[in-house]
Amino acid sequence: MTISPDEIVYFSVGPVAVSATLVFTWVVMAVLVIASIVVTKGLRAEPPLGRGQLVLEALVAFVTSQIREVTRQDPRPYLPFAATLFLFILVSNVLSVVPGFQAPTSSLMTTGALALAVFLAVPAFGISRLGFGRYLRTYLEPTPLMLPFTVLGEVTRTIALAIRLFGNVMSSGLIVTILLAVAPLVFPALMQAFGLFFGVLHAYIFTILALVYIASGTAEADKRVTERNGGDA
Amino acid sequence: MNDMSLVAIVSIFTAGITTAIGSAAAALGEGRAAAQALQSIAQQPDEANTISRTMFIGLAMVETSGIYCFVIGLILIFANPFWAGIS
Repeated sequence: MTISPDEIVYFSVGPVAVSATLVFTWVVMAVLVIASIVVTKGLRAEPPLGRGQLVLEALVAFVTSQIREVTRQDPRPYLPFAATLFLFILVSNVLSVVPGFQAPTSSLMTTGALALAVFLAVPAFGISRLGFGRYLRTYLEPTPLMLPFTVLGEVTRTIALAIRLFGNVMSSGLIVTILLAVAPLVFPALMQAFGLFFGVLHAYIFTILALVYIASGTAEADKRVTERNGGDA
Repeated sequence: MNDMSLVAIVSIFTAGITTAIGSAAAALGEGRAAAQALQSIAQQPDEANTISRTMFIGLAMVETSGIYCFVIGLILIFANPFWAGIS
C-alpha cells in the first residue's frame, strides 16, 4: 500500500524523479488552463451567456465576495492568488474520484509548497500595502515581548496549513483503499462521496485561512489608523 | 520475543491509542463548536454567513490536532523509523 504518490516513480530525468505527484500536478494545471482557454474564447457581455462563462463568473464572484468579507479590503489585489489556490486545490481534490488519478494534494510535498507560497505571500502583500518599515513594525505590536511568539506562530501555522490539507486528502484516499479490501460493494462509493465533500470544504478552508493570514499581515496598521482617527474626532 | 516483534507490538498499539484519543478529543471539541454555532445561527439567522464561515475555520483549526494524531499513527505503522535500526 502506498500512502503517498511520491513513491510512484514513472521515470527519472537525471537527478529528477518524475513521480505521480509531478505528473498529476501537470494534469491538474493542464485541465485548468485548457478549461480557461475554452471558456474565455467565447466571452460575451450580453445574454445569452455561455454555460462556461456563467460558471466562471459565479466562481470569480464567490471568491471576490469571500475575500471582501474576510479581509474587509478591496479584493482585487488578492483575487489572483486566492483564486489560484482555491481552483488548484478544488480541481485536484475533486478529480481524485476519477479512477487512477492520484490527487497531488495527497502528497506532503504539494501541500508544503502551497503553504510555503502562503508563508511568502503574507510579507509580500504586507510590504506592498504598508511599506517595509511599517510591515516590520506590525511584529512589535502590541508589545515587543510578543515577538518570539509571533515569529513562532508564523512558522507553525504554515506547517499546520500543509499538514491539515495533506492529512485530510490522504486519509480519505486511504480509507477508500482500505474499504475496497474489506467491504468492496457499497461503502467505498459512500466514502468517496464524503471525500468529495471534504475535498471541496478543505479547498475553501485553505483559501480562507490563507486570506485570514494575509489580512492579519496587512490590516493591523489600518486598525491603528482608524483608532487614531476615532480618537481625534 | 525478539526486538523486531516488540517494536511492532508497541508501534501498532501506540498508533491505535494515538488515533483513538486524538480523534475522540478533536470530535468532542468540534461538536461543542458546531453546537454553539448552530445555536448562534438560530438566535441570529441574519448573521448565518459570517457565523458558518467562522465555524468552518474554527473546525479546521480544531481538526488539525486530530489530523496530527492520525499522521503520527500512520508514521508509526507505515514509516516507522525504528524498523530499519533493528533489521
